[in-house]
Amino acid sequence: MTHPYLALTDDDREEMLRTIGVSSVDELFRDIPAGVRFGRPLDLEPALSEQELSAHLGALAARNVDSTREISFLGAGIYDHYVPAVVDAVMQRGEFLTAYTPYQPEMSQGVLQSIFEYQTAICELTGMDVSNASGYDGTTVTADACYIAKHATGKSTIVITEATNPQVRQVVRTYAPGFGLEVVEVPHRGGTTDPDDVRRAAEGAAAVIFQQPNMFGCLEPAPDLAAAANDAEALSIAHVDPLSLGVLEAPGRYGCSIALGEGQGAGNFPAFGGPHYGFLAARQDFIRRMPGRIVGETVDAAGERGYVLTLQTREQHIRREKATSNITTNQTLLALGGLVYLTWLGPQGLRELGETCLSLAAYAKQQLRERAGLEPVFADRATFKEFAVRVGRNAREVIAAAREHGVHPGYALGRDYEGMDDVLLVAVTEKRTPAEIDRLADVLAEVTA
Amino acid sequence: MKLIYEKSQAGRRASSIPRHEGLPAPEIPDELRRSEPPRLPEVPEFELIRHFTELSTRNFGIDNGFYPLGSCTMKYNPRINERLVALPGFANLHPLQDEDGAQGALELEWRLQEILREVTGLDAVSLQPAAGSQGELTGLMLVRAYFEDRGESEQRRKVVIPDTAHGTNPASVTMAGYEVTPVKTDARGNIDVDDLRGRVDEHTAALMLTNPSTLGLFDENIEQITEIFHGAGALMYYDGANLNAVCGISRPGDMGFDIVHINLHKTFSQPHGGGGPGGGPIAVRDILEPFLPVPAVVRRDEATNTYGLDFDRPKSIGKVRGYSGPFGVFVRSYAYMRMYGPRLREMSETAVLNANYVLARLKGVYDLPFDRLCMHEFVLSARALKRDNGTTALDVAKRLMDYGFHPPTIYFPLIVPEALMVEPTETETKETLDAFCDAMLAIARESAEDPEVLKKAPHGRPVKRLDEVRAAKQPVVKYGFDKHAGATGERQPVAVEAPKGV
Repeated sequence: MTHPYLALTDDDREEMLRTIGVSSVDELFRDIPAGVRFGRPLDLEPALSEQELSAHLGALAARNVDSTREISFLGAGIYDHYVPAVVDAVMQRGEFLTAYTPYQPEMSQGVLQSIFEYQTAICELTGMDVSNASGYDGTTVTADACYIAKHATGKSTIVITEATNPQVRQVVRTYAPGFGLEVVEVPHRGGTTDPDDVRRAAEGAAAVIFQQPNMFGCLEPAPDLAAAANDAEALSIAHVDPLSLGVLEAPGRYGCSIALGEGQGAGNFPAFGGPHYGFLAARQDFIRRMPGRIVGETVDAAGERGYVLTLQTREQHIRREKATSNITTNQTLLALGGLVYLTWLGPQGLRELGETCLSLAAYAKQQLRERAGLEPVFADRATFKEFAVRVGRNAREVIAAAREHGVHPGYALGRDYEGMDDVLLVAVTEKRTPAEIDRLADVLAEVTA
Repeated sequence: MKLIYEKSQAGRRASSIPRHEGLPAPEIPDELRRSEPPRLPEVPEFELIRHFTELSTRNFGIDNGFYPLGSCTMKYNPRINERLVALPGFANLHPLQDEDGAQGALELEWRLQEILREVTGLDAVSLQPAAGSQGELTGLMLVRAYFEDRGESEQRRKVVIPDTAHGTNPASVTMAGYEVTPVKTDARGNIDVDDLRGRVDEHTAALMLTNPSTLGLFDENIEQITEIFHGAGALMYYDGANLNAVCGISRPGDMGFDIVHINLHKTFSQPHGGGGPGGGPIAVRDILEPFLPVPAVVRRDEATNTYGLDFDRPKSIGKVRGYSGPFGVFVRSYAYMRMYGPRLREMSETAVLNANYVLARLKGVYDLPFDRLCMHEFVLSARALKRDNGTTALDVAKRLMDYGFHPPTIYFPLIVPEALMVEPTETETKETLDAFCDAMLAIARESAEDPEVLKKAPHGRPVKRLDEVRAAKQPVVKYGFDKHAGATGERQPVAVEAPKGV
């Protein structure tokens, strides 16, 4: 019986074996020593038809409670922002979807030009000079930046603020021993990081990494943190929310060496954690230390403009053990989704989106106070789309109880921070409505009473 | 064609954002407020779609035609998988959702792990690594954690890598804090076992090997190699880039490997998206399971069919990526595996048959450096064409474009001069394979009769051959706005045609 993804007929097979000069398919495997041949059929469930497959995965998907099935205020790094239809339409073009890395530029101008446009968009957002073609996610690009910092400074300590997303800190800690780096954390004071703490820790360090807005949703004194790092001659690395950059200053404008972050909110679905794209942009000084693919402009034999993968002598397929990174496959399709999304937004849309998030989050703070008597933990700190509130009892229990009412109220910060077992991190994207926020406040009033 | 930024006009937009009356005003402290807006494109929605549709027509994927890019396993990507990954229960699921709200996702991850255990012949799986090269790095972190646990980490500093290896292998070794020990390839294309013996000792941490190798050859001495490494107390790492050759035929665990990464975007049909996403799960022998990344996906209870994330792994290396991995990739690859089940063996057999057929048709005309049957891919050399006619592997590749094919991988592996590395995969008809062979044979004739037609190729693509040296010497890596040199030759009309339609 033939398979929908296979094509050879019995006649094809006979003729091909004859051309090869062997009598059976088995004979093609004669170089595999008998001792390592697999002697039985794979113990897997029988092949499904497409219809059966569809039913099976439909049933699995139905076991999940996604953001279309409850009103979700869950964020903490991955956000329920709206993904417009144009993103799907472009990402589903088979010419983009089913292409490999653009090693042969004459076959790949579509991908190459779109990456060039993506790099431009990321540089515009962050105020930086050079962007790579994407990294795996917001965690691994941070580890990549540590590798840049180590080689750029020759120093071996990475300073990271405690108010940086724990997923990011954990990945940096996993990578650090192999890079020969030590990681030092700077605690927060009242929800944000004190520049003087950073100044002390940055002495002799390769880099200082901070997040804006930070894990608690608070706005860090980012220009002062960058200055503290720069004064100590450590690279200042800002981990930023791309959708905040219509209203918040670009890291390149306050002296950062590197700006990076998680691209998911800008054009990718949450998708239980991926695939997404991480973006990484830097000042010109670091162009030859950048990890991963970079697209550059050039001309063809007729003098016409065109695009190619460039600065490849940084990369593993040429430099091998001396490469700036081992990355090959990155997240091009997701970054393309990001470019389409940012093009859809435009500068005006990006600013309006930021303002809508700001207003809705401010409204949520107000309603939680008025309807549920819940106070922000860091009341005197400015926030963007996310904020922490004390809920008076274990936040994980509050979440479970609220979900019984069809509302996912946020993230339990006690999962990552001591002394915060009763703190809930509430994310408000432009997808939430004032009525949904009212509902959140009413449900929290009930379950925290 | 123009860049999207060159089509931008102030005041245009594609987006509409919800605005609400009566909410608090948006407030940002002055010192943190954006001073100048980013110059993102300003275009209406229909111009956006036209722009990216036009760009797509200047690109070539599996959906356009044959793509025998060696070592990349460019097989057909089933459309059903795109529909499945977009199901709201998958696409809109937050990775930090409570376990009871993510049972379907966790069940899918657990089932995928079980299939990968069976296919690799190993004991435990982590899905977390985002791509093959991150799988490699994760594997090397496991090696380090294992030897640290045994008190041997100071002593074992070296990782052995054959000269045919992907560049990611040595790059990962450095990033993991190890040193590379290279080993040669013998006259049959296997690891040179005599060279190897002198290089493996109590300072060796591991071997990294792709089997079949990047030459498309199964290492005939694999059992001896395993004995040498395990005998020296070292571990064996399997680069799964070429797993498409051996599913259901030979398992890395049975070959003696302790750690394997699997490229879901190669063997298991995650579409490559012009450079990603990928997925690089790792499978390991039981001795390495305690060190796997957290969280581990576990089945909590068989009777109630419940699943969970286990963070309580005190010996774990930590996290290598956010959350439990690139979930959408898992949906597609799991779907792909379920469409085959035990018939994955037929998938690999067909890939190997296709490769041997193309090899048999081409080997008289192009040089074959190692004259053996191949596995799922093979490496030819264009050195005779270069010597006799002055045309290189690059010229052959560019000329193939004019015949409507994506070129093979070229100049890799490094030990074969003028290498052409061809991987047809299983998802092709014999007619397509024949058309490709005919084109390769025609190009060899052209090389002798009219070498210029190769050297100036491609002739039929949207651009002529591109100047990569210039791009690297004077890097222009973003649009320069006012300062940017414009495109020339935009929108040349084709020959005048008579009206058709009213």
